[in-house]
Amino acid sequence: MTPALPVTVIGGYLGAGKTTLVNHLLRTSGLRLAVLVNEFGALPIDSDLIEAEGDALVSIAGGCVCCEYGDDLVGAVMQVMALEPKPDHILLESSGVAIPGSILASLLFVDGLRGDGVVVVADAAEIMNTAGNRYLADTIERQLADADILVLNKADLVDEAALDSVRNWLGAQVPGTRILPAVQGQVPHDALLGSVPLPRRGHRISGHAAGLFSSVVLHPSGPVDPVALATSLAEGGHGLVRAKGYVANEAGGQTLIQVVGARWTVEPAEPGHQTGVVCIGLKSGFDPGRLDGLGLVEAV
Amino acid sequence: MTITIYAARKILTMSDARPVATHVAVKDGKILGAGTLEELQRWGEHTLDETFADKVLMPGFVEGHAHSGAGSVWDGTYLGWFDQKDPDGKVWHGLKTTDEIVARLQEAAATGEGPVVGWGLDPIYMDNVRITRQDLDRATTDRPIVITHASGHIMSMNSKALEMAGLLKQGLNHPAIPLGKDGLPMGELRGPEVMAPAGQKVGYDRKALEGSERGLKAFGRLCVRAGVTTSTDLARIYSPDKVDVMLKTTGAKDFPICLVPFRHGRDMSPADLVAFMKEVKPKSTERCQLGNIKLHADGSIQGFTARLRWPHYQNGAPNGLWYVAPEQLLEVFERALEEDLLVHIHTNGDEASELAIDTLETALKKVPRPDNRFTLQHCQMATPAQFRKAARLGMCVNLFANHHYYWGDEHYKYTVGPERAERMNACRTALDSGVPMTIHSDAPVTPIGPLFTAWAAVTRLTASGRVQGEGEKISVAEALHAITLGAAFTLKMDHLIGSIEAGKRADFAVLDEDPTEVAPEALKDVPVWGTVQGGRIFAAETI
Ligand SMILES: [Zn+2]
Repeated sequence: MTPALPVTVIGGYLGAGKTTLVNHLLRTSGLRLAVLVNEFGALPIDSDLIEAEGDALVSIAGGCVCCEYGDDLVGAVMQVMALEPKPDHILLESSGVAIPGSILASLLFVDGLRGDGVVVVADAAEIMNTAGNRYLADTIERQLADADILVLNKADLVDEAALDSVRNWLGAQVPGTRILPAVQGQVPHDALLGSVPLPRRGHRISGHAAGLFSSVVLHPSGPVDPVALATSLAEGGHGLVRAKGYVANEAGGQTLIQVVGARWTVEPAEPGHQTGVVCIGLKSGFDPGRLDGLGLVEAV
Repeated sequence: MTITIYAARKILTMSDARPVATHVAVKDGKILGAGTLEELQRWGEHTLDETFADKVLMPGFVEGHAHSGAGSVWDGTYLGWFDQKDPDGKVWHGLKTTDEIVARLQEAAATGEGPVVGWGLDPIYMDNVRITRQDLDRATTDRPIVITHASGHIMSMNSKALEMAGLLKQGLNHPAIPLGKDGLPMGELRGPEVMAPAGQKVGYDRKALEGSERGLKAFGRLCVRAGVTTSTDLARIYSPDKVDVMLKTTGAKDFPICLVPFRHGRDMSPADLVAFMKEVKPKSTERCQLGNIKLHADGSIQGFTARLRWPHYQNGAPNGLWYVAPEQLLEVFERALEEDLLVHIHTNGDEASELAIDTLETALKKVPRPDNRFTLQHCQMATPAQFRKAARLGMCVNLFANHHYYWGDEHYKYTVGPERAERMNACRTALDSGVPMTIHSDAPVTPIGPLFTAWAAVTRLTASGRVQGEGEKISVAEALHAITLGAAFTLKMDHLIGSIEAGKRADFAVLDEDPTEVAPEALKDVPVWGTVQGGRIFAAETI
């Protein structure tokens, strides 16, 4: 069985920097990304960054793909899934007024697709204003609430005090949601996308030491209950943004665990993978020492 | 070309100068004048045509909000509660029980291949009976059955269809997929986010037929039966190459209406959209008026996707969805105003109407256009203050009188409650506020039939037989104005159509009775003989 294709919905209001983030991911992830854009016509995606002669960039009509006019979404997704070679990951940039969780929900029963998570981009300078707009307040509230990970973009456009205040405000709006400050959408791709480099062939997890993120590999001491481990990683208050890896399960096989914010999935895996779970978190909020209880923590 | 003078029992011209006439003279598809035979004879050599000697002529009706898909839906099987006529004039009797529905589907499944498509099902009239997949399996287990409900927000499937959609399995946990006692889906899909992908997997594509030559022709026949000579096709997505197809289809000698397609803006940037409309507008013909734009601001009230002002939905459902961002709406408005293009905006909820009004006010400060006629479509919940402001900004409204009849009881009981249900589709307030108004069917959501629509606005009866919103009734004369000149005005076509006056298109609705003489309650039953469009005669009997 081929593994399910992960899809990440990138939501957030108009002008927050969703497209900038997509372009950043295209440039840096090293993954074959297919991009679906659900917006009124304009496609400011840097198409030079798209492999496969642009086939991997599909525009879906604007409005909201989860509404009455949503017929196009599944067709577009199918088109992308039929690509050869297959993409590693699908990014779906939703329209500025869409409710991203609904979009992810509508994709869940396309066979062969796995909802990886919802990333919501918020403009550090604007989000509180937009959330105060009488027409938009509840839409913004619902967008934020759907986020597994919040990218607080344009952090350089506000001073430190303002950044703190918007972070505090967001923290109160959506307690527990991982918030990643960013400038021009520059968030390490493995903090956002499910395709975390697995601990194999001596692969080193790149470049977080210098940045805002730290990564470790968790090695459980023996076979585990994958659901219990995934739940603990997602909800245990460790401050993880993302985790992925294979573990030995109690039935003697292997299970793939994936965590995005507070969302997790487990799926049975072919045997023979190097075990270990890569855990990535914001330095400021992630204390790898707190994972000790779950197994051996290897620094990378 | 020769002059034809038509004699009629009575001609209601909708022109104040000569409200009633007995004869109308036509040349080159246009009206020379309406009056007495003696008056008109001065035009010289003519043929006196007595075809309508015992008929009543009105200006051809103008449908300001319909979709040409009302023709192509008849490729599927009608399953609704009310009797409805198909494009061939065959009456499909309304179905009152699950058994009747199964029987009709069984018949449909006996011929053809691929999915068996049904439409118009409305269990609210059947005590909200739930049609299960097992019910539908009695019609066929070999072919998938896909039924869209009249509300547009529910789909029903048989087991075969659910299996093809990959949904016939245990362990589904989705609010839009109700399960039966056996833990498998019971057969209903409740919400577009599951209906669209499931339908697609079964091979049902509602948009495939839309705009096809065959669908457009079927729509034209429906129009003739309803006395309609000009109709919008209000939310079409078309590309430049489709324009030629539309012009060719509508240009056929026997195509019986003037079609007014509005290009939906959802898949183009505002700049591209406006540029495209500017480019195609000059290609307009007598039978295809191009260059207009349609946008959706919100969803529907019964689907809880319309945007409502406080106090929102009475059951506490979260407010609906925006289908466009305010900034995008503003950009389309400004660009369209600059190019003198017409924009109609779907706004069901009162908050959506408010956004459209506010946004136009902002746009007009930058691009003043006193005669913009931007029209709020449906505009079902607008408040008196909104009507007053819309009037002052030069806007129009097109109210959904048919909806009030078909779903007024639902709104009264479930969505918004009595106080707001009674003021929905407030024709009286609109007219008193001075905002130009028309009324519509939104076919195929409800059947196209301006006389029915007029009846609904006049009586304000709901399907259960209650008068809902006595204070919002309008007179028969006002309703007849709404379905002729009123609609023409919202399309910026009132100089061409909407009344029987010198210089206008020879477009007539040919009626067997006089709608101003029958009891208001009988308005919907006035028989339509057919139409005259651009001087061409179309009898419903032979269309
Ligand atoms: Zn419509």
